[in-house]
This record gives sequence, structure tokens and C-alpha cells, in this order.
Amino acid sequence: METLIIILVGILTAVAIYLILSRNLIRLILGTAILSHAVHLLILTMGGLKNGTVPLLGEDATVYVDALPQALILTAIVISFAVTAFILVLAYRAYQELGTDDLEEMRGADDE
Amino acid sequence: MYLIISAILLPFIAAAVIPLIHNRLGRLNIGWLALAIPLALFAFFIYHIPAISAGDTFTETLKWLPTVGIDMTVYLDGLSLIMALLITGMGSLVIIYSIYYLSSTDSLPHFYAYLLLFMGAMLGVVLSDNLMVLYVFWELTSISSFLLIAFWYHRKNSRAGAQKSLLITVFGGFAMLAGFLMLHSMTGTFSVRQIAVELTQYANHELFYPAMFLVLLGAFTKSAQFPFHIWLPDAMEAPTPVSAYLHSATMVKAGIYLVARFTPVFGGNSAWFWTVTLVGLVTLFWGAFNAIRQTDLKALLAYSTISQLGLIMSLLGLGSAAMYSGNSAEATAAFGLASFAALFHMVNHSTFKGALFMAVGIVDHQVGTRDIRRLGGLMAFLPFTFTIAVIGSMSMAGLPFVNGFLSKEMFFTASLQALDMELFGTGTWGWIIPVIAWTASVLTFVYSAIIIFRTFFGAHKPEKLDKIPVEPPAGMLVPPAILSFLIIALFFFPNLLGDHLLRPALSGIVPGIDGGAPHIKAWHGFIPELWMTVAIIVFGTILFITLRKWKSIYSLFPSNWTFNMLYTNSLKNLENTSSYLTNSYMTGHLPHYFAYIFSFFVFVAGGTLVWSGALNINLSNDSPLSVYEVLLVVVMALAAIAILFTKSRVSAILLNGVLGFSIAMFFVLFRAPDLALTQLVIETVTTVLFLVCFNYLPDWKKEISPKHVKVRNAIIAATGGLTITLIGLSVNSVDLYESISGYFEDSYELAGGRNIVNAILGDFRALDTLLEGLVLFIAGIGVFSLIRLKVRKEPNDNEN
Repeated sequence: METLIIILVGILTAVAIYLILSRNLIRLILGTAILSHAVHLLILTMGGLKNGTVPLLGEDATVYVDALPQALILTAIVISFAVTAFILVLAYRAYQELGTDDLEEMRGADDE
Repeated sequence: MYLIISAILLPFIAAAVIPLIHNRLGRLNIGWLALAIPLALFAFFIYHIPAISAGDTFTETLKWLPTVGIDMTVYLDGLSLIMALLITGMGSLVIIYSIYYLSSTDSLPHFYAYLLLFMGAMLGVVLSDNLMVLYVFWELTSISSFLLIAFWYHRKNSRAGAQKSLLITVFGGFAMLAGFLMLHSMTGTFSVRQIAVELTQYANHELFYPAMFLVLLGAFTKSAQFPFHIWLPDAMEAPTPVSAYLHSATMVKAGIYLVARFTPVFGGNSAWFWTVTLVGLVTLFWGAFNAIRQTDLKALLAYSTISQLGLIMSLLGLGSAAMYSGNSAEATAAFGLASFAALFHMVNHSTFKGALFMAVGIVDHQVGTRDIRRLGGLMAFLPFTFTIAVIGSMSMAGLPFVNGFLSKEMFFTASLQALDMELFGTGTWGWIIPVIAWTASVLTFVYSAIIIFRTFFGAHKPEKLDKIPVEPPAGMLVPPAILSFLIIALFFFPNLLGDHLLRPALSGIVPGIDGGAPHIKAWHGFIPELWMTVAIIVFGTILFITLRKWKSIYSLFPSNWTFNMLYTNSLKNLENTSSYLTNSYMTGHLPHYFAYIFSFFVFVAGGTLVWSGALNINLSNDSPLSVYEVLLVVVMALAAIAILFTKSRVSAILLNGVLGFSIAMFFVLFRAPDLALTQLVIETVTTVLFLVCFNYLPDWKKEISPKHVKVRNAIIAATGGLTITLIGLSVNSVDLYESISGYFEDSYELAGGRNIVNAILGDFRALDTLLEGLVLFIAGIGVFSLIRLKVRKEPNDNEN
């Protein structure tokens, strides 16, 4: 199972990097969103999958899955949402000001 | 009692305080306050003369980094004392002079802070026994020199001169540091005195010669020795008090001091003897030769300083023969004469060059120019200045009745000794030493005459001058007058200096010479040295009179093959190359930077994984597969790949939604209910946010990048994905450390929560969660202000 997920993480990462390397601002933002998906899956997998029950005390079990990665991911989901929202608005504003969403055209002058 | 260490620190403290109290002084010139420091220190060092001349030395140690052998160890012996007296004595005179020289529009607190900073650093150089501490002070003198040369920083030449001096002296400083480290690796100590004792065992060590030459490089750059002399003429852009102080009397003597201090370490070695002597002689000749062609009086004095420094350097080279182990006691005493002469001339040079710089500064200040083509006939207008300049020039030319004569005679004696030294191959090549010494001295006579006759004699040219010359305020005349008095007094009572200061200083250069230190005499009878002086006067006068006829030989030297051109071109090429290199990758194009970041990640992380042998794939720990999970993986992989090929941005964002919701499903399957809930909410909001934004953004255009760019991006993306996969698999295959998560399973006892994830976020790591909220808040402010912020439109904005 873990192997399969890690391969999926690799595919997601490759797609994300390709999108981030794009000239189009929206593709770039989409790339960062996918990259955070990939990272969340990777962190969860590193803690081991399905080797216990839900980490809620009181369940009739002695072994729980690793709760620490879950806590980390919960934070990461929220932060990545904040970042995505911010750069989306940044893209919107950049388009308003510069009239383009092409990074090649946004390139600054030499003396900037 | 750390009295000497306090003496070093005092100028630093004063430098820090002066800018703070400057505004509270009212009309009192801040210079008077600054003057108190060198005066007090001068008295402090004078107080040590009796003990030092009786043969005592003083050591103080303040532990700094004892584990690596770096301690603030100061060592006051005769050599340090003579330097310290020069630094504080000249410092006092220069500060008095500068109070009248600088105008009230100059930034005086800066000037005196820099000057005191230099004074402290220079005292540190000459009093430190520990080489690392010495190095720190050494670089501080370079920095304060830089600041003082660039004091009038609105002038382009000042900035260029400051940069040049800094680059050259710091280059030498680095070389010296490397030399010090080599000495440390050989002897295991940073103490100069210890090294002098121990290094004799290491004469055949492979680092011996590299260390020697690196230390010399530091000394030669600092003391403006050929071919590193080029920074000194450009340093004349500094205010004249600075030139008189740093660039003739003290800082440029740091290299001399270093060579003197290291003579007990390296002296007696033929490479040291010849390098120091020849570099000194070449500098002596080249400086004197070039001084004659200068039209700016300060440039002339700069070349003359270079030349005189070369003279002192060559004397130290000749004197190092005294350290040769096979010497008899008489030979040691005889060769030690050269080192004695070096010290004597160092003091004399400070007096006469200080006086001359101040005199030239007066001319510049009162007349408005120091170009000798515009000067002439000033004797009648500036009689006091004229007298001072004559006394200084006589001393520089080595004429009788002034102190320069005595040290010049000793210089000739030392150079003639090389003829029958029978050491280091002097039998074959020794004759060039007195020949160069004499030739350069003739040239010295000529340029000394130029200063006097071109400035003060001849026709007054009022039409070429901006001001009518009058004598300056007494405050500008007193310091050079004191120096002039010393110039004459030292001729008549040289042994006052010789016995009490030079003799103890000599034993710092040539240990064990105590009894053999020379006695200075003005009259030795009709010896060769006297005839050499007579010949100098005769030939010098002839050359001066016929100057116009032979001056054309200077045009024989190509003007574009100088060391200055080499420096300028190297600097220019360096700047061009570095800006070419930087511009070649700093393109201002964001995808390029991302490409560097990901390629770097692939090379470093992936490379480390492969080459360190950490790659290790072991599938046996895998948990069992279920059909839902396989289906989800297939769906996600297909959705991700489809994003790359979709033509519409709406389908792309919906595919991204597929990824997000699939992950929520995974969270359910992987026993993470909190994550699943959060992910569902966030993914929904994100998708909506994207769709709202699309309303305001242009439709996707097809990627129009050239094919090779796409291929390159695809390779970076594929290798990046592969690297992540391999790292993930390798990490999953080994179990290096025990999990720390067991701790949190006591969450009910520790935090009162049954949901472990919630307990971690709300209790164990509550502060992190709080800050996470702060991040959200900041992002919210960012979003809000980006939408609301109105930038004032420029008229020709490229809005379309």
C-alpha cells in the first residue's frame, strides 16, 4: 500500500513541478496546490498506513495510527489554503495592474 | 591591572562617544576633546621610557578564546614603545593641525571618530603579541584608512582611492592571515615571541617559505612596497592631516613594524634577506624616480614616502643578516647597525615627512592649489611655512645639521657593509646595494629641491592662484614647527633618542645585541659615506638644474603598461565578468528561478541519495492493499496527468478538485477523520475561490514556450517526481529511530482530550496553532489590501 501511495506522490510531484515551471500564472498556482496535496500524502504515508485504529481514545483498541503526522497535515492544509488564496489574489491584482498573466511578459526592466 | 590594554581600548571608546556628545559642545571644536586622548596616551607611554630603556618589558594577558590559543596578549618592549610614541605623538600634532585645517562644514565627529578608531587599531597592531589579535587590529587600520581617504566622499577620486587602498591592503591582510595560520600549524602557538623561539626547528618544513612570503605580502602591501605602491598616491585624496598621519607617519609603517617584529622569526635566512632588501631597494629607486615627474605636491610627497619606506625596508633586510646563526658577536653587532638605522630613519621620516605634509597642506589651504606649475615665489608670503619646508626637505635629502643626515649616513654604511658581508651570496651581487642606494639618494635630493624651489622661489604667479597667500593661523604652524624643532634637535642630540628608545627597540629586532648597539655620531672623518653625500649634492644639483633637458626620459615609459593600468583593468574585467555571469542566470523570469531550485533539489537530494548509498527499497513492511485504495490511486493519477493536457481552465480546476476530494477519501481510509473533514471544507472553498478568480482573469492560452523549454521542464519535473518517490521509498524501507508519537497517546492524562490529534493541536502544540491562526490572519490582511489598495497611476502607465 505504502509503495503505491509513494508512487502516486511521485506522479503528483512531477505534475506539480511541471505546472510550476509554466509561464502561466494560474498554472503555477495550480501547481503549488497539487504540490501541497502530494506533500500531505507523503507525510501521512511516512507515519505508516492502516497499522492501527483511528486515534481516538476510548475506541476498543490498543494500537492507534500515528497521530503526529495528522496534526502536522491539519496545520499544513490550512496554511496551504491561506497561501493559495493569497497568491490567487496576487495574480488577480497583477493582472489588473499589468494586463497580463504571462510571467515572460511580467519580467522586469534591467534597472529594476 | 590591565593598563596597556585599557590604553588600546581608550581611543575606541572615545571614537564611540564623540559622535554622541558632539551636539552638546556648543561652539567648542570637537577636535580639542579628541586631542585629550592621544596626549594622555603619549604621556602614558613616555612614562614607560625609563623602565624600557633599562631593559624591562611589560606583558598583560586577557583571556579571550583560550581553547584555541587566542588571547588578548599585549607586549610592550622597545620596538612597540617607539611605535606607540610615534602613533600618539604624531596623533596629537595632527589633531591640533586638523582643528585649523578642516572647515566647519566638514563632518567633524566623523573625522575624529575615524581618526581615533585608527589610533586604537594601530596601537593594537604594535602592542599585540597574539597574531590573531594583531590581524584583527591590522584590518581595522585598513578600514579606518578607507573611511578617512573617503572622508570627502562626494568626490569620485576620493572614493576610487579609498577603494583601491582597501582592496590592496586587505588582499595583503588576507595573505598575512594565511601566513599566520601556517605559522600556527607549524609551531602550535599564535604568540610572536613563542614562534620566534620555536620556528628555528622548522626551517625545513614545507610551510616555512609559504608562511614567510605570505607574511611579507601583508607587510609589503601595507607599506606600499613595489609593485603594491600604487594605492598610496591615490590615497592622497584624503584630507592632508590624514595623509600626514596615516599615509606617511604611522599606518604605512605597520608593514615596517611587521618586518621588524618578524626579523627574529625569519631573520638569518637568505630568502628573507634578499626579498626584503631588494623589494626595499626597488621601491626606494622607483618611488624617488617617479616623485620627480609629479606636478601635484602631495603626489610628490606620496612617491617620496614610498621611496623612504623602501629605504627603511631595505635596511631591515640588510639588518636581518645579524640573525644569521654563524655570525660572530662582532658581525652581529655590525649587521645590527642596519636595523638600528632603520629604526632611526623611521623616526626621522615621521618627523620630516610630517612637517612637509603639513607645510604642503598649509600651501594648499592658503593658496588654493598644490600644483607646482601654478606655484612659485611663496617665500615672501609664507615665511614660516617656507622655513618649515626647508628644514623638512633638507632632512629628506640627507643634508648636514638635520636628523636625516645621520640616518642617511648609517644607511650608506649599512649598504657598503653588504660588499664585504660574505653571506647569502653578497660577494657576487652585493655591489648593487650601494649603487641603487646612492642613485636613489641623488633622485631624493632632486625632488627635495623641487619642493622648495618650485614652490617658494621663482616668480610669484598671482594670475594662476585663487587667493592671495597669507600665513595660516598659529594652530596650523605650531605642529610642523614642533616637528622642525625635533628634526634639528635630533641632529645635535641623537643619542638621547638612540640610547633610550632605539637601543631597546633594536633588541626587539636583534635579540641579544644589547651591548653592541651603535652610538650615533655626526662626524666620522673623511670616510666613503661622507664622499657619497658630497657626490649626491654635486650630482643632485646638476640634475636639478638640467631637469628640463632629461625629463623627456619619462616619456620612454609606456603609459598604458603601468601597474595602475593593470589594477584598473583587472578591476574593470572583474566587474564586467561578474555582472555578465550574474546577468546570465538572474534573468528576472520566474520559471527560470524555479528551474534552478528544482534542479538543485534533484542534484543535491537525489544525488546524495544515490551516491551515499542510502537508496534502499524494501517492500515487505507494506500494509495490505484494498480495492478502494487502488481505484483512488488510479483516479488521482489520471486526474493529475489530465490537468497537464486539459485545454480549459475550468476543467483543470475541477480536476484539481478531484485530487482534493480523493485525498479526503484517502484520509477516511487511512483513519484520519479530522483531516478528511478539514480537507473537504478547504477543498470546496479553494475550488470556489479559483472559480471566482477566473471571472477576473483572462482565459488560458496555450503554452507557447519553445519545444526545448518544454522538454527541459518535463525532464526537471520527471526527475523531481522520481527523486521524491525514491526518497519516500527509502525512508519507508528503514526504521532508524523509534517513533515519538507514543507520548501523545497519553493525551487524556496529559491534556484531557480523547482525540489525540485535537489534543496535539489544542494543547501540546497550542502555540503553533495560535501562530497558524496568525498566518491566516496575515494572509487575510494581504488578500484584503491587495484587493482594496489603489496605486496612484503614472501618466504613461503601460495599462492596456
